[in-house]
Amino acid sequence: MTDHTIAVPATRTTTGARAAPGNPLKRFFQATEIDTRLLGMVVAMLAIWIGFHIMSGGLFLTSRNLWNLSVQAASVSVMATGMVLVIVTRNIDLSVGSILGFVGMIMAVTQTKFLPAWLGYDHPANWFLALAVGIVLGSAIGAFQGMIIAFLNVPSFIVTLGGLLVWRGAAWMVTSGATVAPMDTTFRLMGGGADGSIGATASWIVGVIACLFIVLSILHSRKQRKRFGFPLKPVWAEFVVGIVSCGVVLGAVNVLNSYYMPVNLARKYAEDHGIAWPENGLDIPLGIAIPVLIALGIAIVMTFLTNRTRFGRYVFAIGGNPEAAELAGIKTRWVTVRLFALMGALCAIAAAISTARLNAATNAQGTLDELYTIAAAVIGGTSLAGGVGTIAGAVLGALVMQSLNSGMVLLGMDAPLQSIVIGMVLVLAVWLDTIYRARAR
Amino acid sequence: MTNNKTPLVEMRDVSISFGGIHAVDGASVDLFAGEVVALLGHNGAGKSTLIKILSGAYRRDSGDILINGEQAEINNPRDAKKYGIETIYQTLAVADNVDAAANLYLGRELRTPWGTLDDVAMEAKAREVMGRLNPNFQRFKEPVKALSGGQRQSVAIARAILFDARILIMDEPTAALGPQETAQVGELITQLKREGIGIFLISHDIHDVFDLADRVFVMKNGRVVGHARTEDVTKDEVLGMIILGKVPPGAVPGPGAMQTA
Repeated sequence: MTDHTIAVPATRTTTGARAAPGNPLKRFFQATEIDTRLLGMVVAMLAIWIGFHIMSGGLFLTSRNLWNLSVQAASVSVMATGMVLVIVTRNIDLSVGSILGFVGMIMAVTQTKFLPAWLGYDHPANWFLALAVGIVLGSAIGAFQGMIIAFLNVPSFIVTLGGLLVWRGAAWMVTSGATVAPMDTTFRLMGGGADGSIGATASWIVGVIACLFIVLSILHSRKQRKRFGFPLKPVWAEFVVGIVSCGVVLGAVNVLNSYYMPVNLARKYAEDHGIAWPENGLDIPLGIAIPVLIALGIAIVMTFLTNRTRFGRYVFAIGGNPEAAELAGIKTRWVTVRLFALMGALCAIAAAISTARLNAATNAQGTLDELYTIAAAVIGGTSLAGGVGTIAGAVLGALVMQSLNSGMVLLGMDAPLQSIVIGMVLVLAVWLDTIYRARAR
Repeated sequence: MTNNKTPLVEMRDVSISFGGIHAVDGASVDLFAGEVVALLGHNGAGKSTLIKILSGAYRRDSGDILINGEQAEINNPRDAKKYGIETIYQTLAVADNVDAAANLYLGRELRTPWGTLDDVAMEAKAREVMGRLNPNFQRFKEPVKALSGGQRQSVAIARAILFDARILIMDEPTAALGPQETAQVGELITQLKREGIGIFLISHDIHDVFDLADRVFVMKNGRVVGHARTEDVTKDEVLGMIILGKVPPGAVPGPGAMQTA
C-alpha cells in the first residue's frame, strides 16, 4: 500500500494508489461506487430465492409468494433499521420483542376500549390516536432504558435483558393475558391484506416517484461535487447506477402488481363497488401493501437520519471511538438516550403493523423478535464490535431471514428444523462476512 | 517573554484527585501568546491530567483557570473549545470508522440551511486544510482506520487548527511518528507560534521538545517542581528536575521542588 506521509515532498506524489488500473470488474465497482458487500448480499438472497424456487417446484418466485414475503418482512425490517444504529454504538437491545408485545397490547386496548367509549367505534381518528399513543409510549420506554444505560452506566445488554422480562410481563398484565380483538377497521389497513394495499395505479405512481427521486439525487450529488470542483464519477457509471436502480424499483412494483386478489375477495370487492362479476373472474391487482410502504418509508427516513444528520454522524463516531466522540464535545449520553427512544418508537410502529396484520393483540406477540431483529442487522453487515452497519443492509437482512422462513414453510419443513437452519445460516453469514472484511482490509 | 503582560492562560493552584490519589496537587502554570511551553515529567507525573483539566476532559477539584486574565468556567470539552482551546491527544482521539472530513468537523459539523450535514462543504474545507499540512493527502473518502500513523496525526492536527485555536495543547504529539514526520510537526509548531498561538507541549522525553520550547514546566508526583526559560537551563539540569526534583539556579522553584539542598 502506498503511504502518503506528512514528510513526502510534493514532487514525489505517489498517485499509484488512486489510479490503480486493476481488472475491469474492479474498475467498474470503483467507478460506480457500488457497495460490493451489499451487492454480495443481494446475490446471496437471489441464490436463496432461486434455490427455494427449484426445490419447491416453482412455488417461490411467484408474485403471490413475493407479495406475502414483503408483508411478512415489514415488521422486523422496521425494527432492524433501529437495531443497526443501536449495535453501531456498541450497544444491544434485547427488549424490542417485548416492547412490541406491550405497546401492541396498549394500542389494541386504546382502540377497542378507551377510544370507542369516548369517540365511538370506528371513529376516523381512532387509528391515528392509537398509533400516536403507541409511538409516545414506545419512545418513553426506550428513553427510560436509554437513560439507565447512559447515566447510570448499566450495560445495555443487562438493561434490555431486564426490559425483555419486564415488558413481556407488563403485556400480560394489561388484560390478564386475554387476547384483544378485533382492531379498528382503519388501523387494520396498516397490516396489509386485500384492503390494506394501494392497488395498481397508486403503486405505479409510487414507483415513478421513486425513480424521479433516484435521478434527482444523482443530479444533485453531481452538482454539489461540481460546485467544489471534486472529481466526478464517470457519466456512464451514473447512468448504470440510475438505470439499474430504476429498473429494480419498477420491476418490484410490477411483481407486486401482478398479484391479484383471491377469487372470493375479488367477488366481494366487485359487489361492494357495483362491478358486474364476469364469467372468467376478475383480476384486481393488490399492488404495494401498506405495511411494506411503511417499512420502505422508515428505511428511507432512517437512511437519511444516518447519513445526512448530526445525530447519525454522532452515532457512528461514538461507535468508532467513544472517547474521541466525548472529547470532541459530543453529548454522547444524550445521543444514547435519543437512540434508544428512537428504537422504542420503531418498536411501536412494528407493533402497529403486526397487531394490524393479525387483527388482534396477544401477550405473546413479538416473542423472539429481538433475535430476528438482531440477526437481520448482523446478516446485513452490522458489526457487533460497533462502528459499522448500514440501514439498507439491515432491510436486506430482514428480507433474507423472511425468505428462509417462508421458503422452508413452502417446502413443508418442520418448525424445529427451520430453527436449526436459521441458526446455522446466521453463524455462516457472519463467518463469511468476517472473511470478506479481513480480505478487504 | 515579558512578565508584565497578561498571560493567555493561567492555571492557578489547580488540584484533582482520583480516589484519594492526588494526581495534580496545587499546580500553577501559565502560557503567553506566541509562546511554546513544554510540560515535562515522568509518566504519571500528572502533566496529562493537568492539561486534560484545561481541555475540559476532567473537572478540577479546586483552583482557578484564567484566560486573558479573566476567570474561565471550563467543565467539559465544549466549554474549552469556546475559549479557543484545542487539544491533540496522545491517544489520537479520532473516530476510526468515519472519514477525514467527518473527523475534522466532529462535534461542529457544517450544516445546510435545512439542518442536514453539508458533507461537500466539509470535504472542501478539509481538502484545503489538509492541503496545507500534508499536500499529498488524497484519501478523503476512506475511513481514518485505513490511514497511516502520520496521516492520522495530520488529521488530528488539522482538526485542532481548523477552528482558529488560540491555545493549542499537544499531548505527546510525536509519539506515534517517525523522524521525518516529527520534523514536520516541529515546523508546524514554529509556524503556529508565529501566528500568535500559545502552545502547550506535553512530553516525557525532553529531547523531543527542548529545542522547540521557550519555557519548560517540570512536574513530579502531581506537583510543579519548577519552571525555567530554556535559555537559562541546560538539558541536563532539566533532567535533574524531572528525575530528582532538583531545581537548578536558572529556574524558579515550585511547590514540588526537592526540599533539602
